[in-house]
Amino acid sequence: MPIRIGLTPVFLDDQMRFVGQWRQWLERKLGRAVVFVQRGSYREIVDLVRAHKLDFAWVCGYPFVRYQNEMTLVAVPLWRGQPSYQSYIIVPADDTRSTALSELRGKVFAYSDPDSNSGYLYPRYVLTTQGEAPDNFFARSFFTWAHRKVVEAVGVALADGGAVDGYVWETLAESHPDLTRATRIIDRSPPLGYPPFVARADIPADELNRFRTVLLEMADDPGGLELLRRLRLDGFTVGAPTLYDEIADMAARVSHP
Amino acid sequence: MNRLADLSLRWKIPLRVVGAVLGTAIAVTVALVARDYEIVRQNLEGHARSMGRVLAHTLVMPVLHDDIWRAYEILQSAHEPNPAAPELQAQVVLVTDADYRVFVSTRPRTFPIGSSAATPGGAYGLLRAELSHGAPEDQRLLEPADSPLFFVMTPLISDGVALGHVILAYAKPALLPRVAGLVGRAGGVTVLVLILLLPVSWAWAQRTARPLLRLAEAMKQLPLEVEAARLADLPESRDEIGQLGAAFRRMVAEMRVKQEMERQMLSSERLAAIGRLTAGIAHEINNPLTGMLTALNTLQRHGGDAERTERTLSLLQRGLSQIRNTVCALLVEAKIADRDFAPEDVDDLLILVEAEAHARAVRVVVDGRIAAPVPLPATLLRQIVLNLLLNAVTAAEAGGMVRLDVRTAGRALAVAVFNDGAHIGQDEMPYLFEPFSSGRESGHGLGLWIVYQITRQLGGEIHVESAPGSTTFSIEIPYGNS
Repeated sequence: MPIRIGLTPVFLDDQMRFVGQWRQWLERKLGRAVVFVQRGSYREIVDLVRAHKLDFAWVCGYPFVRYQNEMTLVAVPLWRGQPSYQSYIIVPADDTRSTALSELRGKVFAYSDPDSNSGYLYPRYVLTTQGEAPDNFFARSFFTWAHRKVVEAVGVALADGGAVDGYVWETLAESHPDLTRATRIIDRSPPLGYPPFVARADIPADELNRFRTVLLEMADDPGGLELLRRLRLDGFTVGAPTLYDEIADMAARVSHP
Repeated sequence: MNRLADLSLRWKIPLRVVGAVLGTAIAVTVALVARDYEIVRQNLEGHARSMGRVLAHTLVMPVLHDDIWRAYEILQSAHEPNPAAPELQAQVVLVTDADYRVFVSTRPRTFPIGSSAATPGGAYGLLRAELSHGAPEDQRLLEPADSPLFFVMTPLISDGVALGHVILAYAKPALLPRVAGLVGRAGGVTVLVLILLLPVSWAWAQRTARPLLRLAEAMKQLPLEVEAARLADLPESRDEIGQLGAAFRRMVAEMRVKQEMERQMLSSERLAAIGRLTAGIAHEINNPLTGMLTALNTLQRHGGDAERTERTLSLLQRGLSQIRNTVCALLVEAKIADRDFAPEDVDDLLILVEAEAHARAVRVVVDGRIAAPVPLPATLLRQIVLNLLLNAVTAAEAGGMVRLDVRTAGRALAVAVFNDGAHIGQDEMPYLFEPFSSGRESGHGLGLWIVYQITRQLGGEIHVESAPGSTTFSIEIPYGNS
């Protein structure tokens, strides 16, 4: 039985070549066949984990805090030395006036995924704290189902604003500067727990430990380091569920304003 | 137009070849442009219609689910540039809802989501009006006259309900670049053809024009240089040009025969006139000789007193004088070397016609004379006047009268010869100066023709007035002009 690992657009999951190389590296390290499973939305991956149909998955902190009982934290990536990232609120670059999310009332807004922390929860949390009803604040909103596409939608002014994973935006700024240059960041969230690797709740302990060890030692392996470099990540840390307390608070605040 | 008509054939033919090539090239180019444009148009229209149908079909679900991003991605893929056929790329793809509000478009900045699609104005305003006409499920093609775009509007229909429209805006196919391209190519081919054809047509023009030019050159030499024209190197072929050359040669030959004949006539008439004169003169000499011989015979036979001798000598003297005068006139007449017409010539002429006049008992009266010689060739004038006088004497009634008037009028010599008796009928008048026109038995009918020829040759004019009992020939010849 191969190990089934679910991937979500928390990173640039449309790079098939990279995903293939990563799979080969994992197979070598784990001594087992690895199957990556990609789906169109976070929810489908999360549901597969909850249904025990995936062994591991790289998911967002928001579904992790919602279904903490149904999944086990494996490891947390380190970005710029920290297990945390930010959500960016962006507007088209030619909109030089907007300075805050609150100024986008009545506009068109692009979310990445309804189960995304940075691309959905954070802007709704901000609006909620400001006493706004997130569902009525914008004239129109839509999901692009990927952070990268939020950047594209805002860049071509299809949306007047959007919420995007800061890590994705920064990575794109290096690999596709033309995309990010068409956008302007007007708000950054405080540091929030980085999207973690999780395991299904009933994962055997040895499998969990084995996979966790491979991730934690990835930075010590030349091949692993190269893959991390491509991901613009520094490594993995064990991480504690408390890292996601802030996200849990935001989720609680949004659902019970 | 005239200047073109005046051009030499050696230019006209190459110019016409160029004209024909250019005309053909232009006609073919126009036809190709029209055909090309029509094909492009049809392609584009077919492409736009099928693209509209595919998009309308594909977009039903994203529009129903309000999935703007999915719809946008579909539009983007439909909007991808096609380098092989750039005109097949839609300029704008617009999806509107049932209220003609923008659902999504490939140009979010021009068509913000949720705004009225008519906001950008122009043709987009007209489209909404168009939506209210016709069946809702029809695909429509609109071509607003004042817009550079044409539109294909396809309804988005789900379960019979119109959700909105997919509007594809395409640039109307640009005619100018196509025309420019085709004209450029046609121009290149035309220049190539001309480069090949011009030397050929030039040589052809030379070949065609050469015999005609030679013919024209030969014709220019007529009528003065018949001989040179006859010897001209004319085309020898059986085509029209060759026939022209042959006709020309025949004409020149006939002219030459005619000229030769005229020359011979002039000279034979001259000889005839001299013959007639000689007969008259022989008679004239014979008359006094008979008288003188009779007188001498009488003197010899009867011997003579002084008075008789004196009378005989006097008679001899008069007779010999008359003979001398007659011979003198004859000598002058026979002289070829020319000199000016002098008063003495009139006397000579009178002497020369005297015998004829005497025979017909016609009186010759001189009304006017010239005082000094006039610079006109005496031989020719003597021939004119002598002819007129002899005619007049012949025409005058027996015992009638002939009048001669010679005078200078300004820088011209005027000669008038009058006779009574027979006159010239109106029916004869038009043919008077033609050779052999005379109805008379005597004479050869060349007299007046020669008078006319010489008068014209000397640049003079001749007039005839004739009524019963009165006929006058008037000649006026200018002199001293050259």
